Amino acid sequence: MYRIRVHGRGGQGVVTAAELIAWAAIYDGRYALAFPSFGSERTGAPVEAYCSIGDAPIRSREPVEAPDAVLVLDATLLNRPRIFTGLRPGGLVLVDSTAPLAVPGVPQLRTVPAARIALARTGRAMANVPMLGAFAAASGIVSLEAVHTAVGKRFSGPVSQANRDAVDEAYTYLTEAAREADEVDAPNATTASREVHHVA
Amino acid sequence: MSPEPTLAAARRPLEGSRAVAETVARCRPQVVPAYPISPQTHIVEGVGALVRGGELEHCEFVTVESEFGAMSVCIGASAAGARTYTATSSQGLLFMAEALYNASGLGLPIVMTVANRALGAPINIWNDQSDSLSQRDSGWIQLYARDSQAACDLHPIAFRLAEELSVPVMVCMDGFVLTHAVEPLDVPGQEVVDGFLPPYAPCQVLDPAAPLSIGAMVGPEAFTEVRYLAHHRMETAVQRFPELARRYAKLVGRPAEDLARGYRLEDARTVVVAMGSVLGTLEDVVDEARGRGLAVGAVELTCFRPFPAGKLRELLVDAEHVVVLERALSVGSGGILTAELAAAGVGAHARITTVIAGLGGRPVTAKALRKLIADATARRLPPMEFLDLDHDLLRRVHARENGR
Amino acid sequence: MSATKVKFYQVGSFAVGNRLLPSSARSNQSDAHRADSIVSGHRACQGCGELLGARYVLDTAMRAAEGKLVVVNATGCLEVTTTPFPESAWRVPWLHSLFGNAPAVASGVAAALRAQGRTDVRVLGQAGDGGTVDIGLGCLSGMFERGDDVLFVCYDNEAYMNTGVQRSGATPPAARTATTPVAPGHPGNEFGHGKDVPAIAMAHRIPYVATATVADLRDLEAKVERAMSLHGPRYLHVLVPCPLGWGAPGSQTVRLARLATESGLFPLIEAMDGELVAASPIRRRVPVEEYLRAQGRYAHLFGEPGRPDLVARIQEIADRNIRVYGLEPVS
Repeated sequence: MYRIRVHGRGGQGVVTAAELIAWAAIYDGRYALAFPSFGSERTGAPVEAYCSIGDAPIRSREPVEAPDAVLVLDATLLNRPRIFTGLRPGGLVLVDSTAPLAVPGVPQLRTVPAARIALARTGRAMANVPMLGAFAAASGIVSLEAVHTAVGKRFSGPVSQANRDAVDEAYTYLTEAAREADEVDAPNATTASREVHHVA
Repeated sequence: MSPEPTLAAARRPLEGSRAVAETVARCRPQVVPAYPISPQTHIVEGVGALVRGGELEHCEFVTVESEFGAMSVCIGASAAGARTYTATSSQGLLFMAEALYNASGLGLPIVMTVANRALGAPINIWNDQSDSLSQRDSGWIQLYARDSQAACDLHPIAFRLAEELSVPVMVCMDGFVLTHAVEPLDVPGQEVVDGFLPPYAPCQVLDPAAPLSIGAMVGPEAFTEVRYLAHHRMETAVQRFPELARRYAKLVGRPAEDLARGYRLEDARTVVVAMGSVLGTLEDVVDEARGRGLAVGAVELTCFRPFPAGKLRELLVDAEHVVVLERALSVGSGGILTAELAAAGVGAHARITTVIAGLGGRPVTAKALRKLIADATARRLPPMEFLDLDHDLLRRVHARENGR
Repeated sequence: MSATKVKFYQVGSFAVGNRLLPSSARSNQSDAHRADSIVSGHRACQGCGELLGARYVLDTAMRAAEGKLVVVNATGCLEVTTTPFPESAWRVPWLHSLFGNAPAVASGVAAALRAQGRTDVRVLGQAGDGGTVDIGLGCLSGMFERGDDVLFVCYDNEAYMNTGVQRSGATPPAARTATTPVAPGHPGNEFGHGKDVPAIAMAHRIPYVATATVADLRDLEAKVERAMSLHGPRYLHVLVPCPLGWGAPGSQTVRLARLATESGLFPLIEAMDGELVAASPIRRRVPVEEYLRAQGRYAHLFGEPGRPDLVARIQEIADRNIRVYGLEPVS
């Protein structure tokens, strides 16, 4: 079973992100279960949501404590202790950011300017939908086609196409970033990045 | 043992609440009063949207001023011959309490979803089953869903059962854990539900052509008999619910719901009994324990009212130790389900242990259940235990209180 | 019913002489084919104002609805006295659910009828003052604001009579009840307490609000008829003296209801869509003392030394009503 935890703030589409990953996995023919950290959090408060994906019906309904992937829709949350708790060794970490970031102890952290992509494509700086494309590219757990289907069902009209374009751009960004990372020396990338310290 | 695979592609990704709302709409309710309370909201919003959108025709969606008003509208509508549905949670259910007893006393076949949530104070919006269990004597049939698919499937059965017996039915589904989770779900087709659930034909109705007085005052000379008849009528559900569930299951091609079901009971010496969404995690843990050679099983109780004493005795006949996982607490007494099982004669030859778990939304984790089963099989469980209790916190509170 | 002006003094009293009217304008109750919605044999007290009022209200509503009426009844005297199982005094489809929910139950009946496409059947809810102004007010307000097609009738006897005369939100100042006994510093029910539910109903801007009493039964019938000619939420507040609770012989029920309006303490009004459209002028004004003295619940205001100060305060209330509603006697 593959487990994802999405972090963000109320109003950033955290729950929608987890749900749409589940939709995509189901459209891929797999089983999935997504649910939020049920709270009465209001706009701006830290929230999280979970998604589990597997090849058999998912019976367990406990929150994701040992994620295979952590998606962060708001980089200002990175100094919170909870973000990387239980992350499996070598697990995927994707953060919305326009600049490269380095978090001590999380070398695998990758960034994607999801909110900037969304703003350009849809007029709203909602990092959640581009993050789906980035997740598809970085994890290979859900297909880009299934993400398209999920986004297409969730949004209608011109917004739907704009969001699918945003997914594509983030997908391409991650794919190209991966190729460049293979070509560029890792130390150079680290020098250019901003350090974020988090409380472990 | 991996669960029987079903074709996920045949199902749609749906939130539990949405799937329940769509299933309820297939049951063609005619009057749906609604008053919002978390975590029930998505269900009534869903039904309301289906009415406004024209997908659910000939239905009055009434936004009322309170849950007491909601159940009262149900009473009037049902007595006037309409199929009637509503949903609530927690304090809302308590605010309805007076009307709940009235609806069952009048024999009105109302169906209600309870999105289970804790009762305050302290105020808590998260899941446990204190709310519906507090209404166990209200004369309503109570069915508990293990997952959102079961929650959907129980609704057409609930309407049919309610209308056949003239007894109202609560379908209880764990709040948030089920109501707000997205997963692949199958909403039965309209033709399936129409084939299973005939139009409502009330046995008594407010009709100017044949005036009846409903709700007369009954004195000591007949009140006991009225209650006896209600008890007898509800007990017939012990027969009728599994029959209807099997008929419905055949139509949708899924395993049938039952009063109670055993999981890996073969030679099980320790059996954990539970209701609701904890069953999924529990069965995973039972599988693991079996893998380690432990003789452990589980029993899922779906029908809490009427209490299927015979069925449970049958399922638990070989158990040496029955562990009852309770998501509610009768303060000053202990486990509600434990008391019911003991009264049913379960445990005459077995030890019964109460485990209070998952109150106010505390997740019942696989880790905690693993430890529970290890303790149970090693005979380390006290007669009553609170799962995952924060002993440090309690020590601090006790120290502070003693210092005063 | 069309209004016909009749000079009542022709018969030497205020009693309404049907023989003076054309048969088409005679009272519904004088009609041999009236519905008889409540039949005799019920267990209400001698001289009960509530049963008298309910009989007139329901028979008129039944005529207006051409016999197609569903009645929802709150818990209270009207319910208890008419349906001791296995008997029932009702000849209409009748549902009793609870004390505080009659308006919502009536809403449910109306919703069911709408869903079933039964536009021919009308719905009437009824309760005493406790079931209306206190425990049922939330449901009543909800029924009003949703615009449900229900005529709701409050039979106001100014206290919880069914449970043994305890104060309600409709109990007038200085009235002695079981929960407002007279004691030093306490004149019975306190001044300044209580609420004006017809005004609250008007604030919902519902199609029709009216007050009536069992003293003028022709007026009561006319108001029921007007209410039934309209749709949406309608509210009728009927003053129904209670011999037991008011401390007066059953023979005085109608007289007390008349004195309540003639003193100015119970104005007869009609309002449409939240606006006052009519107020019945007082024919022969009486001082409140004449009304109060006739009732045991005010006995502590009279005798030696008595409480003329409190009587004066009650008179001020009556004077204010007369001023506000323009109830000056017609000259």
